[in-house]
Amino acid sequence: MNPIIETHQLKKEFRVRQSKERQPQIIEAVKGIDLVVRAGEIFGFLGPNGAGKTTTLRMLATLIPPSSGQASIAGHDLAREAKQIRSCIGYVSQAGGADVTATGRENLMLQAQLHGLSRRGAEQHTNALLDVLELEALADRLVKTYSGGQRRRLDLALGMVHRPRLLFLDEPTTGLDPHSRARLWDEVRRLRADGTTIFLTTHYLEEADALADRLGIMDDGLIVAEGTPESLKQQIAGDVITFGVKSNNGTRQKLEALFCQQPYVREVHPADNQIQLYVERGEENLPALLHLLDAAGLAVQRVALTRPSLDDVFLRKTGRSLREEHA
Amino acid sequence: MFGFWRETRLMMVRNLTRWARNPAWLMVGLFQPILYLLLFAPLLDSLHMPGVNQGNTLKSFTPGLLVMLAMNAGFAGMNILDDLHDGVIERLRVTPANRLALILGIVLCEVLIALLSSLLLILAAVPMGFRADWPGIALLFGLLVLVHTMMVSASYAVALAIKDSNALAAMASAITIPLLLLSGVLLPLTLAPASIRTIAHANPFYYVVDAARALASGEFGNPDVLRAFVIVGALAVLALLWATRRFRHAVA
Repeated sequence: MNPIIETHQLKKEFRVRQSKERQPQIIEAVKGIDLVVRAGEIFGFLGPNGAGKTTTLRMLATLIPPSSGQASIAGHDLAREAKQIRSCIGYVSQAGGADVTATGRENLMLQAQLHGLSRRGAEQHTNALLDVLELEALADRLVKTYSGGQRRRLDLALGMVHRPRLLFLDEPTTGLDPHSRARLWDEVRRLRADGTTIFLTTHYLEEADALADRLGIMDDGLIVAEGTPESLKQQIAGDVITFGVKSNNGTRQKLEALFCQQPYVREVHPADNQIQLYVERGEENLPALLHLLDAAGLAVQRVALTRPSLDDVFLRKTGRSLREEHA
Repeated sequence: MFGFWRETRLMMVRNLTRWARNPAWLMVGLFQPILYLLLFAPLLDSLHMPGVNQGNTLKSFTPGLLVMLAMNAGFAGMNILDDLHDGVIERLRVTPANRLALILGIVLCEVLIALLSSLLLILAAVPMGFRADWPGIALLFGLLVLVHTMMVSASYAVALAIKDSNALAAMASAITIPLLLLSGVLLPLTLAPASIRTIAHANPFYYVVDAARALASGEFGNPDVLRAFVIVGALAVLALLWATRRFRHAVA
């Protein structure tokens, strides 16, 4: 597959003045990203808030200039050919970008015409899209009367009304109820089936797992892991076993030492009131582990055996859990 | 070139629709100046001051009110801040449309409404005894296009830079009130001490007020007229380029 996005050491620094006395501080929001997105795939950026996902997206969508580095989008150079890039891309920001004082149809017509479509062409695209996204009944109502899910579908429509080859979606389902989220996922998959490349950011593990063909895990301005959700999870090698045990520092260290001696245990992560193990062939080895705990005289309150999730990948790469971030 | 004007027109129609949907806003915008006229004009009859043309005070006051109206345009940036915070500006910026065309469309919408308001003011002044040279008034409207373009553009530029409507409102009042006092709209600067008069010469509105009064009397040859057109025309172009530059970089 041809790459539709290629970046080389893409960086963004912001000057932030914290108070009047101090010198302005330079914050590295994006610290040098090498990235390849292939035509026709759904590429996801997963990471906590503040990881630099939105900043990267804004650079690629020509909204802010990179501090250094290069990028080519749909064969055009980001630094020199912004206008050509804009004709090939669509972009849906976190805020959405719909004008709430206008109707859905007016929003779509304006956006299509500013993308160079004739009035008739804009009408055709608008009607087709209102039909596909089931917004027809709402089309002539002011956007401020829309529900959250309806509003987000209109935002999506605004990003794709000119049928771009590449669509950027920034946190497309944040704040949506599960039903609206599932519906938006379907729309995104349908777009991909029609040949559109989609680049989205999310801080939802489930979304990254369910939707993305390939993922970049981002933390603190860097891509810390990249691959398909499956291949990333396979890197963890094995299953995750979590024991709920009441323990003090002493017993915790004893347990850690004990578990580490077992050949099938890969990693041990102790925490308050629980201990997490990465284990080969979890089902087979669980009874032996329970036996060890029993012999050590520790009462196990609960046991969980799970396949590794993207959160485990994130934990492995950054030492922090994504779930804790917004818990 | 065709694309440029098409994009300008699309943005203008979009913003005019927005105004039309908000009748309260529109009524205040259009009729507030008439209220000024109704409240102030009766005072003029009994006014006796050196330097004030006693023959037809309304003839001097009405063009002044038109200029005063342009000061209100300093608050226009509030409108663009909603668009910025809703992400509308970012959405417009990812289209290949010309940036100057996009901002010009929004500016011209405000200018059009201001001119309509000015026209209503003139029409309301006629039954109260306002007599003027009508070709002169027509040319004055040409000058007002430039004045409003300058004020609206500058207000947009500042709004996009500071991104806060409270700060913008404070700044707009802080700037427009001195501009107003030093323009001679309310009281003629012939009454002022020499030092104030010197400062007033740095105020573009000082020339605009002189030109407006000259045009209302049909004095086309008055050097004040040409001077105002040149000064305000240049400032309007600069302000428009400034607003475009801010727009080019605006992120929510």
